[in-house]
Amino acid sequence: MERRALLRPGHGGRNAGTIIGILVLGVWFVGAIAAPLAPYGLDEQHLEEAFHPPSIRHPFGTDDLGRDVFTRVLFGGRYTLSLALTVVVLAGVLGMLTGMVAGYFGGWADELLMRATEIVMAFPSIILAMAIVVALGSGLANAGLAMLLVWWPPYARLARGETLVVRRMEYVEASLAIGQTDAGILLRAILPNILSNMVVLATIDLGSAVVTAAGLSFLGLGATPPTPEWGAMVSAGRELLTQWWVAAFPGLAIFLTVLGFNFLGDGIRDLLDPRGRRRS
Amino acid sequence: MLRYLLRRLIISVPTLIGITLITFLISHLLPADLVLINLGDRAAQNRELVRGFRERWGLDRPLGIQYVVYLGSLVRGNLGTSISTHRPVLTELALSLPATIELATLSTIVAFIIGIGLGILAAIRRDSWIDWLARTVSIVGVAVPTFWFAILLVSIVYFHLGWAPPPGRLTVGLAPPERITGMYLVDSLLHGRVDLFLDALHHFVLPVIVLATVGVGYVTRITRASMLQALQQDYIRTAQAKGLGQLVIVLRHALRNALIPILTVGGTLYAQLLSGTVLTETIFSWPGLGRYAFSSAASLDFPAVMGVALFVGVFYLMINLLVDMLYALVNPRIRYG
Repeated sequence: MERRALLRPGHGGRNAGTIIGILVLGVWFVGAIAAPLAPYGLDEQHLEEAFHPPSIRHPFGTDDLGRDVFTRVLFGGRYTLSLALTVVVLAGVLGMLTGMVAGYFGGWADELLMRATEIVMAFPSIILAMAIVVALGSGLANAGLAMLLVWWPPYARLARGETLVVRRMEYVEASLAIGQTDAGILLRAILPNILSNMVVLATIDLGSAVVTAAGLSFLGLGATPPTPEWGAMVSAGRELLTQWWVAAFPGLAIFLTVLGFNFLGDGIRDLLDPRGRRRS
Repeated sequence: MLRYLLRRLIISVPTLIGITLITFLISHLLPADLVLINLGDRAAQNRELVRGFRERWGLDRPLGIQYVVYLGSLVRGNLGTSISTHRPVLTELALSLPATIELATLSTIVAFIIGIGLGILAAIRRDSWIDWLARTVSIVGVAVPTFWFAILLVSIVYFHLGWAPPPGRLTVGLAPPERITGMYLVDSLLHGRVDLFLDALHHFVLPVIVLATVGVGYVTRITRASMLQALQQDYIRTAQAKGLGQLVIVLRHALRNALIPILTVGGTLYAQLLSGTVLTETIFSWPGLGRYAFSSAASLDFPAVMGVALFVGVFYLMINLLVDMLYALVNPRIRYG
């Protein structure tokens, strides 16, 4: 979860990766939606079947209360995926608006907003998130809020840079000349032109958001048992060295989801970003 | 160069002040009850105790004054006193830092050696099996959730196979080497205790594998990409034309030119590991900065949290500066005036 600031140069141009990404993510999304159709209930306990290793009846085994791990992993996608998506979308919009305003108006607004961005970026984000969650009390919503507060700066930086370029375009000048308001220019002339790069960043970012969301729950700061959030499930199985399946399968779900988002992100970048297309 | 350095140091001051301001505001404005958390339910009922606590930690004074007092002592090198342990924050940081420095440094070195090697091989033997391996490693390495990977390793390598020691820095019952630097590997050697050195090294294996795996992913990826770019340049053709050996071309001509992005990623990686890897340190019972940060945050020990944040901020600034200096060393065309 600390790995977000690093660059992710892609290998580019590999549709196979994009398709794998879409397939993997499709499985989790469909699984999360169709979870109630699973043969066992979310909290259905069969104490006499506790710690059953993976078998045909329980493909991912059962946990300490005899609950079916497979069913719980499917339900878990609802929490982890929706938290990551919410944080990235909200942070993306918040960061984009900040960056657009800073880049378009320039001057002291730019100075102020970008200094704030720099400070939040220099700040150890996980420590900040931990402090916020602890202060607000743990829970999914608070974990999301804490992530949101540290998640927006890269979007603001990108949006500002793009806005600076777009602002000098003739069509912006033309809009000004026909008496378009600042808000109108920002929304109608600038936003459509910077949106594709924001979408690329957001897709690549989703993998990190999934790991961070799960990591916070693992530490007991996000979702707490009995919520079947993936990170919380890994945490619950942490001490069970003999019953490895309790922690292994939810963790595998996180791993595959992150892989899926990374593949998809690379694919979307190749599609939308002409500069990336020429790269090997 | 010196002027550049000074300017960079001066620019970093507002950022550091900003960091203290954010931590301060969070720790004071959020609706958590410091008194309740630190005194417990029973004592929080007692008005005398509560007033004593608030007075003792300056919580009864206006917010602005509290912040100014904190900054004032900060300038004098005093990071404040931890609320939960009543010891100076600086002392506590000094206790938890060596464990993290050791772990971060070893992991970064391992990640660099494997990542650069694999990246170079992948670039010169493009589309071969080694390129395929390098690409897989870089995709898997950056996607694997560290906490899950760490648990799997402990379960398989320690519990089922017995090839690695249980979590911790030393075998239980062994006394750590007398403290010189606080880093067990260094201290045991300074005292000539080879047995302690080997035992400590053995305990590093699993956590280093976990942290280095992530690093190898990033370093391999960036090395491969920038080596591929460098190998296409005209000067490589010139070098080949004048009959230089393959090894010289790859290492002296291509790698040196590909090194800048690798250094950038490597620097960020090292800074991130130095700022304490909360999850890995928790799973491996590693008493480093990450665990200290987590336990301080959990008990709302705000002087401690601010201390950690400030340290981490300083790490980032220092490593960024160091990487910029290395740029000039690697590429003489870059000069700072």
